[in-house]
Amino acid sequence: MMLRILLALILMAAPALAEEKVVAGLSQDNVSITATFDGTGILVFGAVKREAPAPTHAPLHVVIEVSGPPHAVTVRRKEKVLGIWINRDTIEVDSAPSFYAIAATAPLSEIVSETENLRHKISVDRLIRMVGAPDHISDAENFVEAVIRIRRDNGLYTDTGTSVQLTDETLFKTEFDLPSNLVEGDYSARIFLIRGTEVVDSFETAIAVRKVGLERWIYNLAHQRPLIYGLLSLAIAIAAGWLASAVFRVLRLN
Amino acid sequence: MQIYLPIAEVSVNAFLLLGLGGLVGILSGMFGVGGGFLMTPLLFFIGIPPAVAVATEANQIVASSFSGVLAHLKRKTVDLKMGTVLLIGGLIGAAIGVQVFRILKEMGQVELLVKLCYVVFLGVIGSLMFSESLRAIRRTRGAHHKAPPRRQHSWVHGLPFKMKFRTSGLYISAIPPLMVGALVGVLAAIMGVGGGFIMVPAMIYLLGMPTKVVIGTSLFQIIFVTGFTTLMHATTNYTVDMALAVLLLVGGVIGAQIGTRIGVKMKAEQLRILLAVLVLGVSIKLAMDLLLQPSELYSLGAGGH
Repeated sequence: MMLRILLALILMAAPALAEEKVVAGLSQDNVSITATFDGTGILVFGAVKREAPAPTHAPLHVVIEVSGPPHAVTVRRKEKVLGIWINRDTIEVDSAPSFYAIAATAPLSEIVSETENLRHKISVDRLIRMVGAPDHISDAENFVEAVIRIRRDNGLYTDTGTSVQLTDETLFKTEFDLPSNLVEGDYSARIFLIRGTEVVDSFETAIAVRKVGLERWIYNLAHQRPLIYGLLSLAIAIAAGWLASAVFRVLRLN
Repeated sequence: MQIYLPIAEVSVNAFLLLGLGGLVGILSGMFGVGGGFLMTPLLFFIGIPPAVAVATEANQIVASSFSGVLAHLKRKTVDLKMGTVLLIGGLIGAAIGVQVFRILKEMGQVELLVKLCYVVFLGVIGSLMFSESLRAIRRTRGAHHKAPPRRQHSWVHGLPFKMKFRTSGLYISAIPPLMVGALVGVLAAIMGVGGGFIMVPAMIYLLGMPTKVVIGTSLFQIIFVTGFTTLMHATTNYTVDMALAVLLLVGGVIGAQIGTRIGVKMKAEQLRILLAVLVLGVSIKLAMDLLLQPSELYSLGAGGH
């Protein structure tokens, strides 16, 4: 009995000896969207913690990604019908991140196996989830590619390539740009330690992106008191129209 | 200076919005159109989500139309009686239009139908106005200065419920203006605009109102139609962006004042031919969008069924 427990303890401890752990932090874990918000930078940094000397069989790689709250997206494709380009095929993508940025120490395809990528949902095409496409659409993957392409063109999906700096297989850091068309929500930053195409350890932390001040007030009023908000908008419009008219009348008299 | 818009959730340049507002405001004051048919595509172009652009544009039109109508009221070029009759028709039409819009939406392809509506109406109105204005200019340039008989006696004058519209110098039945108002209301609700670009030619050609009165009267009824639209959007879709509206309308109200003054100095024929060119231009642009292969075949929309 004692022997068995001892054996179990040794078996459990054995991988722990070779284990590498990641500790990380962010330069800011909440982003405030003010009226003059024009994007911001976020620094992700950290270190690799290990009890034993670093394994030497394969080099260590670090992958860092930041992703925004996922939403469902409707993707439509235009087709030429009777000489006019109109929306025909439509696919509902069940979940796609509203923002995605990735950086690594080397190109992703070279450092991580496809199974590990799938398991940990590292690259953006693995994060996008589509349960089923309608039967008459045979090329559903083109719709997923379109989501990635359009969002990349809008600056919402970015790949900063090999911008992660890793020093002595221990210290790492990289910087992400959060664009000005950022949407409110809970963002997450994930860090993967990879050795020999396998994920050794990962770490996840949240970034809260929130509207503050006037932005918050207008947003809340619009959603909680829509009638008052609508009337207020009209009152501003009427007042501005009257004011401009009055100012021009005074200018003309002089 | 970049401004983050709280409802649209994008950051845009404040001066760009002021400039756009000013430009559309000038056109609004000159021609008595709300300018929605120009502003809405422009807002799409700078990256404002379509739903927010349509709703906020309505709010901005209220401001520039109000500014413009005050200038016209001082000049006594608003037929309040005619405006009220048109407005009653317009609100009835808008209520019908909202229902039509809902049915079309259930059938899908609402975007296509809206675009086709634009191309057809803008194209027809633009060409009619253009050719008519050209004829008018040629007549005034010609040696014999004989005014053609403008108001023919037609079936319109045989209708009951005759009313005196003193400012317009008309004594006609209330039924044609009510019908014009309703028709414009339906189209305005479907196309998401104030409807000035349909209303103005309809008043000139169908009702025979003098051009100078038409602009102020059109602005007068646009205020109410777009005000109603703003409230509908604010309470059902939450898509009115106050920050965007304020930036657009500051430019818009100033532009409308300038536009009104330009409009007064210009001859009616010149004014009409310019509006015709503008309307035709937008129509051709939209037709091109439908006929040419777009560079991106796919488009993204908000999810959820």
